[in-house]
Amino acid sequence: MKHLYKILSVVLILYTIVWGLLNPVPRLDILNETIRNVYYHVPIWFAMLFQMGLSLFYSIKSLGTQALLNDAKAQTSAETGLFFAIPGILTGSIWARYTWGTFWTFQDPKLNGVAIGILIYLAYFILRSSITDEIKRTRIAAVYNIFAFVMLNVFIMILPRLTDSLHPGNGGNPAFGKYDLDSNMRLVFYPACVGWILFSYWIFEVKTRFIHLKKLNDEE
Amino acid sequence: MRGGYLLAPVKSNWYNPFYYLYASIMLLSLIKKEFRLEFRQKTTLGGILVYIIGTVFVSALCFKGKVDKPTWNALFWVILLFSSITISGKSFLKEQSGQALFNYLYYKPTQFILSKMLYNMGFMLVLSSITLFFYTWFIKNEIENVSLFITVLCLASTGFAGVLSLMSAIAAKAQGHFALMSILSFPVLMPLLTLVIRVSKQAVDGLAWSVSYPFLGILIALNVIMLMLAILLFPYLWQD
Repeated sequence: MKHLYKILSVVLILYTIVWGLLNPVPRLDILNETIRNVYYHVPIWFAMLFQMGLSLFYSIKSLGTQALLNDAKAQTSAETGLFFAIPGILTGSIWARYTWGTFWTFQDPKLNGVAIGILIYLAYFILRSSITDEIKRTRIAAVYNIFAFVMLNVFIMILPRLTDSLHPGNGGNPAFGKYDLDSNMRLVFYPACVGWILFSYWIFEVKTRFIHLKKLNDEE
Repeated sequence: MRGGYLLAPVKSNWYNPFYYLYASIMLLSLIKKEFRLEFRQKTTLGGILVYIIGTVFVSALCFKGKVDKPTWNALFWVILLFSSITISGKSFLKEQSGQALFNYLYYKPTQFILSKMLYNMGFMLVLSSITLFFYTWFIKNEIENVSLFITVLCLASTGFAGVLSLMSAIAAKAQGHFALMSILSFPVLMPLLTLVIRVSKQAVDGLAWSVSYPFLGILIALNVIMLMLAILLFPYLWQD
């Protein structure tokens, strides 16, 4: 039963890759066939946000009990989240090339937000590596993580809704849910979200166990 | 061990009015201490003034008065961003280790961060108005909606000062140098900065107040959120 979610994630991702390329999609101007990228680009970002949220959760926990364990988990989930940012940016960049005509634009608040988010988590790792005392590191890193997460969310959740954006769902653009995402696409999109989030959790768990084993090995 | 209030003559109950009196007296004394530390060394204060005037003068020489509105706006905020990092950034770095123990025993951590933040906010308000004065004098005055611009300037300088105070505390605890301070604060300040640039552009263009209300609301909310986060999180930084 413990491994059920791993099997589920693999099945769901395989299903979305195969059926995502085969199922019928609505024919829309500009988007055309690239609308299938919704199945890959958006869930990967959801997985990243999930990992960052997990990192926040463990950071808050590490201020309370079992500081070292929770701190290690906070670090691993931040690393996993940052790892998911790479395919997220690549899929988005390629998609942008075919729809907006450019790989990267500074006009879009979500793209800027993502860039800042990556900078924030890189700064978080630099901060971690600059502190040698383990116990002290847990608290300082947790404080920075919580503060940075709130600031980042203001940036990527609130600001884009006030300004013009090329992304759907912001600045007067309708979200996918409004009319593009028909029932056929939902059949792939929602499983894809669940699948990628579970998959990211799997990576996170493997990394946590690896760190734990390394620590045990060091102690011996 | 939570520290704080070693010699407090009152019981620290939330319903005790004398406790609040004592707390506010302690807060005022801390802010007074900040002032004294700053004005004891006239060189730092003069240094900051020279820094601001120098930066504005250099950019005036570089642009030679040929600036369009967006550039004028962006340049102003970049200058202010860097001067605020130099000013508020060192607020915790100048605390000495022996003093830290004293502070730990005699003050509450929330009070300590509040005093730093309030002091830095006040200081930043003064310095940002000085920057604006020299900037409009040396380069030119492009602002059409002055009252809106000054409101944004106030909210932005309090926001910058608040964020930078907390970042300075983190950097000081990590025994980091000044570089760590800027690495930590740049990405965190970015949301505030983009928001501020957007609203101040509206002020420069002379748009009506009603256009900027939602942005000003978010700016105020950001200030409040930041203060609350600092008060909540600082006690964890404080204990050693």
